[in-house]
Amino acid sequence: MPIPHYLPHSSLQQLFEALTEDGYAIVGPQAKENRIDFGEIRNTAELPWGIGLIQDAGASQLVDGPKNRCFAWANGPQAMKPLLFAPREPLWQIRHGKNGYVVDAINPETRRLAVIGLRPCDLSALRIQDQHFLEGQYPDSHYGARREGLLVIAVNCTHPAATCFCASTGDGPGAKESFDIALTEDDNGFVVETGSPEGEQILARLALKEALSTQMETAADNLRNAASSQRRSLVSDNLRDVLMSRLDHPHWDEVAERCLACGNCTAVCPTCFCHAEIEEASLGGNHSLHSREWDSCFGERHGYIHGKQLRPEIKQRYRQWLTHKLATWHDQFGRSGCVGCGRCIACCPVGIDITEEAAALLK
Amino acid sequence: MINPHPPHLARIIDRVQESDDIFTLRLRFNDPSIQSAYEFKPGQFNMVYLPGAGEVPISLSSDPDQKDSFFHTIRVAGRVTKGIDKLGIGDEIGIRGPYGQGWPLESAEGKDVIIVTGGLGCAPVVAVIHYVLKRRERFRRLVILQGVKHSHDLIWRASYERWAQAPDTQVLIAANATEAIWPWHIGTPIDLVQQADFDSANAVSMICGPEGMIVAAAKSLTERGLPEADIHVSLERNMQCGLGLCGHCQLGDKFLCKDGPVFAYPEVKFLLERGGL
Amino acid sequence: MKNTLPRLAVHKFSSCDGCQLAFLNAGEALLTLSRRAEIIHFSEAGWENPLAKVDIAFVEGSISTPKDLERIKAVRESANTLVTIGACATAGGLQALRNGVKQFADWVGDVYASPEYIQSLPESRPISAHVKVDLELWGCPVTGKQVLDALGDLLNGITPVNSSEPVCSECKRSGHVCVLVSKKEPCMGPVTRTGCGALCPAFGRACYGCFGPAEQANTASLAKQFEHMGLSAKDISRRFLFITSATQPFSDTGHGYLEQEDV
Repeated sequence: MPIPHYLPHSSLQQLFEALTEDGYAIVGPQAKENRIDFGEIRNTAELPWGIGLIQDAGASQLVDGPKNRCFAWANGPQAMKPLLFAPREPLWQIRHGKNGYVVDAINPETRRLAVIGLRPCDLSALRIQDQHFLEGQYPDSHYGARREGLLVIAVNCTHPAATCFCASTGDGPGAKESFDIALTEDDNGFVVETGSPEGEQILARLALKEALSTQMETAADNLRNAASSQRRSLVSDNLRDVLMSRLDHPHWDEVAERCLACGNCTAVCPTCFCHAEIEEASLGGNHSLHSREWDSCFGERHGYIHGKQLRPEIKQRYRQWLTHKLATWHDQFGRSGCVGCGRCIACCPVGIDITEEAAALLK
Repeated sequence: MINPHPPHLARIIDRVQESDDIFTLRLRFNDPSIQSAYEFKPGQFNMVYLPGAGEVPISLSSDPDQKDSFFHTIRVAGRVTKGIDKLGIGDEIGIRGPYGQGWPLESAEGKDVIIVTGGLGCAPVVAVIHYVLKRRERFRRLVILQGVKHSHDLIWRASYERWAQAPDTQVLIAANATEAIWPWHIGTPIDLVQQADFDSANAVSMICGPEGMIVAAAKSLTERGLPEADIHVSLERNMQCGLGLCGHCQLGDKFLCKDGPVFAYPEVKFLLERGGL
Repeated sequence: MKNTLPRLAVHKFSSCDGCQLAFLNAGEALLTLSRRAEIIHFSEAGWENPLAKVDIAFVEGSISTPKDLERIKAVRESANTLVTIGACATAGGLQALRNGVKQFADWVGDVYASPEYIQSLPESRPISAHVKVDLELWGCPVTGKQVLDALGDLLNGITPVNSSEPVCSECKRSGHVCVLVSKKEPCMGPVTRTGCGALCPAFGRACYGCFGPAEQANTASLAKQFEHMGLSAKDISRRFLFITSATQPFSDTGHGYLEQEDV
């Protein structure tokens, strides 16, 4: 285990410069239009300094936060997912050539990304998405091309939102793996840990001091408090047997009365991977583009099969989502599909709360 | 990493109209090296691509040992199949595949083979019928139970009549509604299970059709003493990628495109009996 | 050379003419279109041939007058494929707000100097209420992409895709800020069908439902959420009784709140 170092806020820009020297484009959080949004940044001044975030069921508001912190918030609607699993992207095009059709594969243009500000919940989700897109019989070349050369600078979560429950799912608030560098912020800077040779190599160039024991204690205290402050919880156990035995529970009807089937929960869920394939022919009739785009089990395309909806009712769609996420996911991925980020709770327009719904179903 | 996506072009080298809305295409990859390397098992499927419209999963209906071409039997059901229906000999389509798990034909050797199908469920198992008849000595009895809604939905009628003449082969057909002259049973393929002649201690069943029919047929077969583990079923869902990635074909914990479409019945019994999942 | 291109017509009924701009604003695509099809009738663009037989007729506008009613039957007769474009043609349009209003005759007198010249049917109704429609493209107005994609598919002999997924799915793919959750504005996105590309939320505005109901439109739940957000029954009814007021479930939910307001 490498010795933790200390990165003062004043030296954060040096980290950015080291990343730039190594050819990384830096992606990090910014406060934008009342939310935290991940985008390309060059300067540490672009980080959300002094920003806090209040989230609750169906609500997300930026507020003033501690002035000398840039990670005093939990998460925005998206972090890693759209950077690797594109919301929409072309797969191939087909056109008329001299002797018939010509098919051209379309591969994504990629850059080496260093993403700063991923939370431990995001890292767990990244692990699941890697497993889904890269570790099956047909690894996904589009996801894979973006994943290659990705550098992860995680920031442990000292300010969980009211919607967070990562402590109960075992995914946070401190990162255990799947990072190159992990930071824990205090008022003056960060305790820094490394999780890979790449991370060590970059840190070595910053000439950082070893973290003082007081700094490490503060970091540990902050993470303990972050865990104990979480009020929502969800068991991480395999709920397959119990949920699959309650497919006729009256609570499904109760949720369906509230659920809008808008699919926002699935779009912001960092582990949801469903996508649809679409074909767009040109008006001229000589060219066609085949793409894929995020899709949702709440949508009309998901359960459609030659003229018939297999899950015509909202109740069946919500049940599909929840039983997949918390039950059958265990069979597919060896763990729950929920990483406790709480995005589905904050981003549900009517504030449906996965922890409450699961609790009601388990009662 | 190889991009698994772009389809390979294939040309229609023959087309047979099987019924009003069912047709069979004989296809050959444009690239001879792809054609010669192409191998599949009965029960597997291809993603069949109509440029400008999209892809649909269609099971292979030809014999895997026929190396110069392959067959797809297609029912006109949605926008893509409606478009493919308009193509003729010489036209091109795209093919990705084969995908999924095929029928357990090796483990069926030396046993009675009972095939139960409903409606166009017959396409994925017709490949099995051809396979067994061509390698007759490797299998014991062949029992074919085919059900259709209406007698005029029965395709390959001449084939059934021919198969019925083969040694150790029993062909039983049922239709819920029939035209005036109908030499077979009026009812469902489930009724036929009672008349089927097989040794339940040494048999394998392969079922394909609507999910309700699969459940009922599996129940009748187990009542006749066939162990559930010897029953195999082929399922259908909205497969959009065929690669186990897009998530549309999930049924419970299964991705039908990669874990199936052929399953041993105990793997999916709960999910099918439950329904609505 | 004999011209064998497919023949097109664009017809207008009770409407603002805005949806026809999907063609007129198409730019270069019009050149492509001219190679693939022949426009036989399109008054707004200068072709006048309303009764000619065509392969595809696009129809804008609702059936609002006795004359509309006569004319739509002739248009249906003339066309192999009839495609309605826009909220008026698919849902009765804004003008359907008068449907069921008891004082309608008084209003006509208040608005027009010579009300005796105004001949209206009791209700403004969509084309599909009167003749068979092969494809309905929603929106106020429809987008150029929507119309040209559908036309391209029809010319290629393919049934067009006509998505009725909610605006939210497109909004999330585009990465827009959620105006409901982050701005607490009464956005209709969760119950409204997409097609617009989440245009209003892209500019920080709440969706006002101009594409009509999505496939699963749980309007009762969204309306209840608007109540929690502090909207009055009148404001809620106006969210639902607007551009596609005559379409279920917008109609029922909107009228339900309108009645609460009357009490």
